[in-house]
Amino acid sequence: MDLLAFARGPALEAALVIFCVGVAWRIAGFALLRLRRDLNKPRTPIGKWITGGLMTVGSRSWPHPEFIPRTGAGEALGYSYHIGLFIVVGLFGPHIAFLGSLFGISWPGLPSGLITVISVLTLTLFLAVLFRRLTHPVLRMLSNFDDYFSWFVTALVLVTGLAATAHIGAPYQTLLAVHILSVDLLLVWFPCGKLMHAFYLVPSRAINGAHLARKGAIS
Amino acid sequence: MSDATSALVADLAPGQEKTAQARVAGAMRGFAQEIGALSAFRLESCIHCGICADACHFYIATEDPQYTPIWKVEPFKQAYKREASPFAPLYRLLGLKREVTADELVKWQHLLFDSCNMCGRCSLICPMGIDVAALIEQARHAMFDAGLAPKELYQKAAHQRATGQPEPSAEPYREQLLAIGKRFGVEIPLDKPEAAVMLCVPRTDIEHYPSAVAALARVMQHLGASCTFRSDALVAENYGYYAGGKSWQRDISMRLIEQALALKAKTLLVPECGHAYTALRWEAADLYGKPLPFEVRHVTEFLADELVAGRLKLARAATGKTTFHDPCQLVRKGGVNDAPRALMHAMGIELDELKNHGGFSFCCGGGGGVLDIERAAPLRYRTMENKLREIDDTGAGTFLTSCSDCRRTFDDAKSHFSWDKTPHSLLELVASQLSGTGSAP
Repeated sequence: MDLLAFARGPALEAALVIFCVGVAWRIAGFALLRLRRDLNKPRTPIGKWITGGLMTVGSRSWPHPEFIPRTGAGEALGYSYHIGLFIVVGLFGPHIAFLGSLFGISWPGLPSGLITVISVLTLTLFLAVLFRRLTHPVLRMLSNFDDYFSWFVTALVLVTGLAATAHIGAPYQTLLAVHILSVDLLLVWFPCGKLMHAFYLVPSRAINGAHLARKGAIS
Repeated sequence: MSDATSALVADLAPGQEKTAQARVAGAMRGFAQEIGALSAFRLESCIHCGICADACHFYIATEDPQYTPIWKVEPFKQAYKREASPFAPLYRLLGLKREVTADELVKWQHLLFDSCNMCGRCSLICPMGIDVAALIEQARHAMFDAGLAPKELYQKAAHQRATGQPEPSAEPYREQLLAIGKRFGVEIPLDKPEAAVMLCVPRTDIEHYPSAVAALARVMQHLGASCTFRSDALVAENYGYYAGGKSWQRDISMRLIEQALALKAKTLLVPECGHAYTALRWEAADLYGKPLPFEVRHVTEFLADELVAGRLKLARAATGKTTFHDPCQLVRKGGVNDAPRALMHAMGIELDELKNHGGFSFCCGGGGGVLDIERAAPLRYRTMENKLREIDDTGAGTFLTSCSDCRRTFDDAKSHFSWDKTPHSLLELVASQLSGTGSAP
């Protein structure tokens, strides 16, 4: 078995199993803890909690105007590279073909030249994010191994993907194998660290929004 | 134990003595007892973006990263990951998360008490939607169990739990209350066997703003409301809540709840006190163990309802340019958004709003018991400067609020900074503008 066959065969399968089991374990780890009922009389009917929760899922995507002067730039940087990642992962032809083989669906992609440009831009934003984490006093203080390693495994996928697309440094088959192995690594790390926020984002916002709506407070 | 830690420990109150081991065990027990699905999820969801720092006035005033709200629960986050998270066995086996030490807990006392008003502004900014303030409240419970609540809060909580008053007074509050009635010429309804509305009063008002106590009695008298204070449960504040002593908070709340039950009251009326509102409106039923069989209402909510019902009529108030401070516990954390403004509108007041108002208002700086912690004063003053600037920038000559602890904090700033504004009570203004005869609700 060559490296490419290993990367997209047993390595990918093992990584996917670890990913699925790990995500389920991580979620079950807190979801199975007791959930205390709030006995204090709500100010609003349950319908408002639901709409409050759903609206907060959307509204927390961007800071309230009162906070923008202090946080707007940092949040814009954060969202920019997430959008870049989404485009590269979801709208690149070979990725669509791969995901299609897993899920049996397909959708139109973007030209590969444009994807390359977006990948380079996204990688640049990744470097900016790392620079900010290393230099901003608050971020530096909060950061731990998880932050840096999660950054590393995600950036690695981008770099190896760009190298494979541009055929830089090694035969294409090898570059593709390395790229897929980097994806395998990301899948294995995903449930172990902060990348899990992809699963937590919506329920976390919704719960806080519903909690505040229950009190009739803004969220 | 470091010198700084030893000094902090030496500054604790009698009754808070513990070995280092017992402090860590107490903190972990206190935190673990409350780790439910929701708080675990909050701890799991943090992505270390640091954005919560930009909502916190302690960080904004100092640019000191240690005041980042989520950092204030860092030892407890570590403890959760090591002891209770899904990968806890791995963390312990591989030594990836070390045990929290007593030294760390002692250092964190400053972050959890002196530099946090529990105002909840951080919970509005988190892009993940984490209620950081709820985590901080939980961490305060753990600190209390570690014997590390600041001595001022601990002592007042202990005294209030035992006697109903946070501090001894030359005359019991009951006598002071009656004296206030005589002095201001208003009947103080006291110890009636039954009443629809049970009243209580901030001890801040008894000690510093007796006119606010008289205003409450006057308004209720004007409305002809069936109401009474109860000698056994006069004080609205809950120092157990401030200190983080959950069982003490319960005992203090129960004093009011039991009296309201004995009265068969339909409403427990919370006076102008923000933290009393949070403790009674949004936490008391959980501590009581079942839903309260009466309403808990802030006095501004009650009066705004009376306005709508047509039972309360107010004359126009010639206050000139006026601004208003939204108490965090009432507005941001309590949802009492519209009632104060409805009352001011009824008096013809067009507000010149603060730059950050409503749910986004900055805390006065004294909330969460910070006003009571003596050593926190220099940091509190530094933090307040931004708030005072916002008030000055409105150009308003009249400055109102609806929480007596906020009022006291601003009054303290007035003398510290030689500030030219005086904070006034919205309730007192309402009481001075009563018109018509009122009728029983």
